[in-house]
This record gives sequence, C-alpha cells and structure tokens, in this order.
Amino acid sequence: MTIVRRLLVALGLMVAVLAINFTLIHAAPGDPASVIAGEMGGGDQAVIDSIKKAYGLDKPLPEQFIAYLSKSVRGDLGMSYTYNKPVSSLIAERIGPTILLVMTALLTAIIVGTLLGVLASLKPKSLRSAVVTVFSLAGLAMPVFWTGILLVILFGKVWPVMPIAGMYDVRNYGATGWAAALDALHHLVLPALTLTLVYLAQYSRLARASMLEVLGSDYVRTARAKGLHEAVVVFKHALRNALMPLVTVAGLQFGNLISGAVLVETVFSWPGLGTLALDAILGRDYPTLLGVLTFSSLFVIAANLLTDVSYRWIDPRLRTTR
Amino acid sequence: MDKMNKRKFLELAAMGSATSIMGIPLHVAAQAAKGGVLVIGSTQKPRHLNSAVQSGIATMMPAAQLFASPIRMDANWKPQPYLAERWDLSADNRSVTLHLRKDAVFHDGKPVTAEDIKFSIETIRDNHPFKTMYGPVNAVTVPDPYTAVVRLSEPHPALLLAMSTSLTPIIPKHIYGDGTDVKIHPRNVNPVGSGPFKLVDFKPGEFLILERFDKFFMKDAPKLERIIVREFKDSSSMMLAFERGEIDIHAELTDVNLINRAKKNPNVTVASMAPAIGPIIWLAFNTKSPKLSDKRVRQAINYALDKKYISETLLGKVHGRATGPIASGSPFYEPQVEKYDFNLQKAAKLLDDAGFKPGANGTRMTIDLDYLPALSEGIVIQEYAKAALAKIGIEVNVRSSPDFPSWARRVSSLQFDMTVDSVWNWGDPVIGVHRTWLSSNIKPGIIWSNTQSYSNPKVDELLLAAGKEPVVAKRKAMYSQMQKIVVDECPVAFLLEFNFNMAFNGKVQNRPAGIWGLIDGINDTSVKG
Repeated sequence: MTIVRRLLVALGLMVAVLAINFTLIHAAPGDPASVIAGEMGGGDQAVIDSIKKAYGLDKPLPEQFIAYLSKSVRGDLGMSYTYNKPVSSLIAERIGPTILLVMTALLTAIIVGTLLGVLASLKPKSLRSAVVTVFSLAGLAMPVFWTGILLVILFGKVWPVMPIAGMYDVRNYGATGWAAALDALHHLVLPALTLTLVYLAQYSRLARASMLEVLGSDYVRTARAKGLHEAVVVFKHALRNALMPLVTVAGLQFGNLISGAVLVETVFSWPGLGTLALDAILGRDYPTLLGVLTFSSLFVIAANLLTDVSYRWIDPRLRTTR
Repeated sequence: MDKMNKRKFLELAAMGSATSIMGIPLHVAAQAAKGGVLVIGSTQKPRHLNSAVQSGIATMMPAAQLFASPIRMDANWKPQPYLAERWDLSADNRSVTLHLRKDAVFHDGKPVTAEDIKFSIETIRDNHPFKTMYGPVNAVTVPDPYTAVVRLSEPHPALLLAMSTSLTPIIPKHIYGDGTDVKIHPRNVNPVGSGPFKLVDFKPGEFLILERFDKFFMKDAPKLERIIVREFKDSSSMMLAFERGEIDIHAELTDVNLINRAKKNPNVTVASMAPAIGPIIWLAFNTKSPKLSDKRVRQAINYALDKKYISETLLGKVHGRATGPIASGSPFYEPQVEKYDFNLQKAAKLLDDAGFKPGANGTRMTIDLDYLPALSEGIVIQEYAKAALAKIGIEVNVRSSPDFPSWARRVSSLQFDMTVDSVWNWGDPVIGVHRTWLSSNIKPGIIWSNTQSYSNPKVDELLLAAGKEPVVAKRKAMYSQMQKIVVDECPVAFLLEFNFNMAFNGKVQNRPAGIWGLIDGINDTSVKG
C-alpha cells in the first residue's frame, strides 16, 4: 500500500511539475513564432501567423496545456520548433549519451569516492586523510564548467591526446561495433572525468564522515575484539553500514547530476539531453524543453522513489514507521 | 633520447594509442580518397535543411549541396546555367522562360521537370521570409515538361539572382506537394533534392553527412566524395579542432586573435568569402523615440563614434568599414556619401542646435542601448559606445538581453532607443535592403523589418522604382540617390561591413570562389590526401 501511495504521489508530482514548467516557460519573454520567423530571416505577420497556426500557438494557453497534457500521456510530446522533428525521437536520440555520461560519472564517483573516504577514515589524522580532504575541498570548490574548460585546454591544446568535443569522430562515420564503442568511450573520458571530479569529492567526504562514525560503534569494537582481520572489519562490518547514507544521497543527488550534465555537455558538445535543453531554452522551443524537463523530472522522481523504497528494504526499522 | 625526441615519442605514442583506440581512421581515409572528405566546422544550428522556407547560412549551406537551383551566379555576378540550360527574358521584361536540361534527376531517381520549378517558385513566394524575392511573380506556367515560364506583374531585375543557389532550391513536387504545410514538412529534415550531394545523416546539434550524388547532372562534379558539417558550440573550440586537423574549414573566423592564430600556420589559408551576403553591422535608432526623432541627434551620435577606431583598433581590422545601406561588394554600392568621420565638436554643436544642452552635471540626455546578443562585435561596440557618447554628454544605459528572443521582442515592439544589429543585403537590394527602409515595412512585432520606423516618401519612391527598373544604369542611379538620403537622415549609424573569414587547411583544393561562397554547390573543391 505504501508503495502504491508513493506511486500516486509521484504521479501527482509529475502533473504538478508539468504545469509549473509549462507556465514558467510560457512566461519567458519572446514567443517562439517570432524566434522562428527571426531565424527564417524576418518574415511578415502572415508568416508569423502561419507559424503560430502550424504549432498550435494561436490557441489560448490553458487550451494548449490541456492539449499538451492529453498528448503527452499518450507518448506524443509534440514537434520541436527548433529541429522540426518529434520531441520523442529527439529525446530518444539524446537520452543514451546522457545516461552513459551520468551513470559513468555517478558510479565512478561512488566507487572511487567511497574508497578514498574509507582510506581517509582509517587514519583520520594522517597525511593520507589530509590529502583526501584537500582533494575533496578542491573538487567541491571548482565549478564543473571551469574544470571542464581546464581539461579542454590541457588535453585539447597542451597535450592533445583526447577528443574534446562530440561523442564520435565524424570522419569515422559509419563505423560500427567495437570501433564505434571504443571511439565513444574515448570521447567519454573527459566529460565523465569532469563530472566525476565534483561528485567524487562529495562522496569521499561523506564516506569519510560516515565511516568515522561507524568505526567508533560498539559492534565494530566487538568485531575487532573477536580477532577478525581488519579488512573484514572495515569492508564487511563497517562499510556496509556506512553505505546507507551514501545510497540515499546518490538517489537524492540524481537531479543535481543531470543539471551538472547540462554544463558538461555544453562544454564538451556532448550530444545529450543537456545540450538539447540549452538549445531549447535559447530557441524558446517549448515542446522540446518541456519534454526534456518532463524526462529529467521523471528520472529524479523515480530515483527518489527507488531510494526511498530501497532504504526501507535495507533498514528494517523503517518498515513499520509510517 | 633528448627532450624533443622524448616529447615527440610521447606524442606519437599517444596518437598511436588514440588511433588504435578509435580503430579506424587510416582505412576509412583510404576508402574515401578519390575527391576526399571535406569536414566543415560551424557553430550554426540548422532548424532543418529546406531553404525554400528558411533563410540563414545554417540551412542554406547544406541546402545548396542538396538542392540545385535554376541558375548559378559566377564570381562576377553573372548568371550561369544550372538546372536551366538557358533562359529568355521577354521584351517587356514581364516574363522569363526557363529551358531546363533533361538529364537532371532527384536523389530518388525521379526527373526534375518544369512542374517542380513551378511548385518550388510558388512555394518560396508564399512561404519564404524574403517576400520581395518573388513578390511580383503572378504565375508560373508550364508549356511542356522542360519549359517553365515565370510571369511577372512588373519587371523584376532581381529575379535571376533570386533564382540562384541557394535562394531558390528546386524541391520535388512529388514529395512536398502532399498538402502538408511546407514550413513544417517532415521531409525538411530528410530532404530529397537534385543537387551534387545527397543526405546520409542529419543529427541536429552534432553533424550532417552528405555524400556525392553519382547521377548529378554536371559532368565530373562534384569532386568530393563526402561533406561533413560538424557543429561546435563556439568559434574557439572550433579553432582547437581545426588546429588538431579534425576539421578542414573553420567557417566562422571573426575574432582577430583566432585569425592571427590561424595565419601563423603556413599550411592554412584565411580568406573572406561570400561577398553577396553583404552583412552590415550598424547602430539602429528608433526614430520615433522623442530623444532621437531629430536627425541632428542621430547625426551627432554618428559623428561621436570613431568607426576607424572600432574597425581597426577594437576589432583588429577584421571587418571593413560600412558607409551606407548597400554593402561595398554590391554593384549598386554608392561610395559618395557622408562618412561621418569622428568629430566631437561637430557632434556637440548638432546636439546644441537640436536643443539638447548639457545640464549641470554635463549630461544632455540618457539613452538606452541594446545589442544583438549573438553578435560578439556587438558587445565590443556597446562597451565603446557608452564611453564614446559620454564625451558629448550622452549617458548610455546598456541593456543586455539574455538571448535572441528577448532582444527581438524589445526591438520589434519598438521598445528601444538604439540597438547594435546586423542586417544582410542578400545579393540584390530588393531582397535584403528594401525591407529596412520602406515605410510600408514598418511592422511592429516583426524583427528585421523597418524597426527604425524610418519613413521618407522619396526613399519609398526610389526603392519601388529601382526594384522594377530593368536598365542597370538607371537602377544604380536610383539606389545611389536612395543611399545618399538614408545616410544623411541617419536612421542608422553604419559601422562595419562584416567579413565572412574562413580558414582552410592546406589539403583543401579549389575552394569555392563564387559570390555565395559555401552556400553554393561545392562542385569543384577536393581534399588532398
């Protein structure tokens, strides 16, 4: 029942998100018909009127919203004003690269960040811990776009061994299989590294703090008293419990990760949802922007739902509370 | 191993590993050899690829490869056969008969006929933003499958230029004539034309792949096997890619530092392209603004701006100096106009005469200044203008717009005093110049119309007469007079003639030399090695 109730809440949340996004987007100055006419090279009122009619912009706003809502529940997210293609196909093209980027960064940040945090927590006053702390603070202090630009300069100009834009080498268009996969992975290195660095810092800080707390617990002392190997104590007994807040934060941070991906995708011309969203904002491409926002909202809500459910599953104490 | 050798070794090792990771470049390059693969870098984002209903280089450049037009213009502005083998102008200048070649086919194998010409011209007339291109076209008749007669309500000397690449792409009636609004036709992103290249793939925001059309009607053309247009987020990242050999042409070099960087490489050629486009950067005045309705105020501002300083010192001589509404590359350009050379005394006197005396704090008035956000030169000009106009007691309030729509709304709804803008000539004054000065084109809400609200019956009369005058000398005289009046009345301070500088790497042979540059069929260019 709890899960059903949460799903219903999530559904209501989605409609609310759609309504808010729709209203905010339409409140921005400049209407899409003028933008399209401007991009066409000017045009007269007849051109603008025909553009409005073609995209349904001549109807009152509430009517547009209801039409959008009824179409979107059927999977029709409308036509992109900017790209003249169905939004659903644009999103389908772009979602893969974004998931690849975000998941690579998230998993790398969680795994490496946790290990660094664990290492730092074992000897909290050591040089090793201080290095991890400084590294974490530096990672947190550097804006993601700045880190990206530095990496572009480093690997694009100073030591030009990494691709700095796009997802594929266009000269190799038509390559398939391993060749294409390796090409994409090669292009993934810098954007994923950029996004990882920021979140790596957060996870290492969190893991360090969480481990320090767990390592001082009675059951850890008991495990050590039983004569267990330190590695078993740390990774089996302590880390498993310290992971709980990390998993929760990972779910909660999914939204932040997507917003970070917008910046990283822009810096590296990564063809994901982030660059699509940016183009849509600049071009007042309402259907595309709404589609992207709906999708990212869906991801965030799903991630939070999943975290919530898994948290209850992991911690038996929460199952009985309402 | 000395330091240099070590570095070289590391570079080679890294390149080798990168090549092996990517796995393919060497054999792919070998397969594509013949005329080669040309990679063009661009920051322009095409909405779609059908230039029959869309202006702008982003669409027109690929469209010129996908679609053939009735005629082409050579480097001397002379019309040359393309889909039309020849054409006849009637004695009364009210019709043009196009005689089409019979061997032209679309990429789907269907023949190009006069019906396609009729359909395309009527589609453009009814949908293209440049209404004046085919405004006088009453009808297009088709006496036989390979003859089309364009009938005009009045003589239209701009017609032949309008029929050139890529203002008039011939689109297939059997695809676009299905009743769907052509502006939003689904095939606009996957078009079929009869041009030298056919579409292989179009990934908006990423790249566009075009491949040689083997049945193209011109013998031994095109030379290239493939054209790839790769999108970049900005000119600087595009320069990095150009230096790394990832692209062969950097198509948007407007920053002097980038130009100098490109020129340092002896294997790189930097050239100014496409004189017909004729973009002019200007400071437009809202002549209905109470502060700017007196032409002496506008003239004063013009005199207070040092155009030479802007062009040479601030922008490093990248762009030329504009002197009037028609760009200097046009046959109708009139150089004998008031140049508004920098003169602060004259500017101050004009303001005094107009009744704007300095107040106690030395300020005569405060004026808002907007600028087109996508125009990097606009940022430089607004910064300069604020300081320059302060010297004659005009306080400038700079208003930044976050994006194009915000700026366009302000300017088109006439909620501005002055704005830095860039408006393009598009070959013939009828196409790109008339729209700015005709009083009939004062259309609030429409950007790049007569947003200055400039109105002069004499200018209207001259433009309308020149637009239908078939005798070139008489046309020139009318445009000359128009330019002198407009420059004198100063609804706009003409600042710069924008140069389309492009960098070509040494592998590119026979770069396009016509008046449209890359927005013409790239038929003779090849890439070495």
